[in-house]
Amino acid sequence: MEVTTVMKGRTIRRHFRESFKSLGRNAWMTFASVSAVTVTLLLVGVFAIIMMNLNNTATSVEDDVEIKVLIEIIDDEQQAKAAENQLIKEVKNISGVAEVKYSTKDDELNILIDTLGDEFKLYEQSNPLRSALYVKASDPTQILAISDKIKKLDNVHNVVDGKDTYENLFSFLETGRNIGIVLILGLLFTVIFLISNTIRITIIARKDEIEIMKLVGATNSFVRIPFLLEGMWIGILGSIIPMAIVSTAYYNLHKVLAPELKGQLLQLLDVSPLIWQVNTLIILLGIFIGLWGSFMSVRKFLRV
Amino acid sequence: MISMKDVYKKYPNGVVAANGINVDIKQGEFVYVVGPSGAGKSTFIKMMYSEEKPTSGDVIINNKNIAKMKKGQIPQLRRELGVVFQDFKLLPKLSVFENVAFALEVIEEHPKIIKKRVMEVLDLVGLKHKMRMLPSELSGGEQQRVSIARSIVNVPKIVIADEPTGNLDPENSWEIMKIFEEINTRGTTVVMATHNREIVNTIRKRVIAIESGMIARDIDGGDYGYEG
Repeated sequence: MEVTTVMKGRTIRRHFRESFKSLGRNAWMTFASVSAVTVTLLLVGVFAIIMMNLNNTATSVEDDVEIKVLIEIIDDEQQAKAAENQLIKEVKNISGVAEVKYSTKDDELNILIDTLGDEFKLYEQSNPLRSALYVKASDPTQILAISDKIKKLDNVHNVVDGKDTYENLFSFLETGRNIGIVLILGLLFTVIFLISNTIRITIIARKDEIEIMKLVGATNSFVRIPFLLEGMWIGILGSIIPMAIVSTAYYNLHKVLAPELKGQLLQLLDVSPLIWQVNTLIILLGIFIGLWGSFMSVRKFLRV
Repeated sequence: MISMKDVYKKYPNGVVAANGINVDIKQGEFVYVVGPSGAGKSTFIKMMYSEEKPTSGDVIINNKNIAKMKKGQIPQLRRELGVVFQDFKLLPKLSVFENVAFALEVIEEHPKIIKKRVMEVLDLVGLKHKMRMLPSELSGGEQQRVSIARSIVNVPKIVIADEPTGNLDPENSWEIMKIFEEINTRGTTVVMATHNREIVNTIRKRVIAIESGMIARDIDGGDYGYEG
């Protein structure tokens, strides 16, 4: 018959008390571990905020990627109309094309005047621009294939697919993300190792106590839980400062930068829910590395 | 109550500490385990509270074969035993009362029962008046009495003692023996490994002598049988 493991209230209180006592007893080791967790989680938080914002920008850029097709100028108006209609039909038939928007050369001039200024109103007398098609793909990664097909059609003067800009952005994001992940993984392992060392010292300091506990029939989980809790406290303590810094810093940054960035490509995500998401990530990661670190030592040094 | 059948124990370093041990100890018996150092006394004792597992054979304690016991069942076995060591194994920062209570706290006994039981056993070993003292404030004999109190506070059927008088002067040793006899007369089985020839030859009990991992003698009311 195994000993039942239904935990009583006073047992839970005892485990909490013991785990706090240990934190105090190894004050310096606790301090070192908590500091390491703090630095790591701070980096994780900052990195998460940067990546989430860049990802958001990338997604909106990706959604906006479209092909601009400049149409050959045909002097005869009727012929031009027919050629354009034919072209629109052909483009729409290309697989992967989600949307085709026709823009007359007058529309094009208006866009130019809107973005560059009233000086361009001069051209209203004799508009040198071409009418154009704006093509969106159902899958942005298909842009290249679609623009190749459009280039082969008749009456196409030129195709601008913006492929270079957005491919550069994506490879930049991916490199940044990979470097960040490698860095953080390295830090996480260091921290887990530090925590497991702290717990090891606690276990060694309480060797006699553990021996007697086992001798008089304390269950394995009864012996282990205080050490796991101790690791968890280290993780939680280490996540407090990062959460505070990341929250206030992003709140203030958003307040200053968000109005400045209006209309720009780069947009900052709203403070809420981003801050809650990042804080949840920080504290869960803190608990996880704390538990994992202590679990490694407990498994190694607390055999029956 | 304690039964070993064809017990064989070989350590990873090749030492054979038990080489075909067969023994039966009935409930309420008092047994000395004697023999030269390194003959296998400690292994014999440790197998009884599952600190060591036999390589082969059966060790039956309170009707359970602990040689084939799962790890999760060991705590329950140990709650039915009391173990006393030569070096007392008291926790230096806990008072006499707390040291004894510790054994019941970690098996999640109710605080009221803990207090009642601890007072009873401290009374039995004659240390009720010193229950607030730290182990360092007690003599060796008194410390061993605390450790005996701790071993019987959970009302075990069997008390196992490994050289309990090994660190004590003769006077304190006799005191300790009185307590063990008292425990035994209340129906508890006592198994004691010892090197104390005078005690064995004076308080006559069953003597099991172990040499080279085998039982060399097993005599009721036997003598110590070794020089020195």
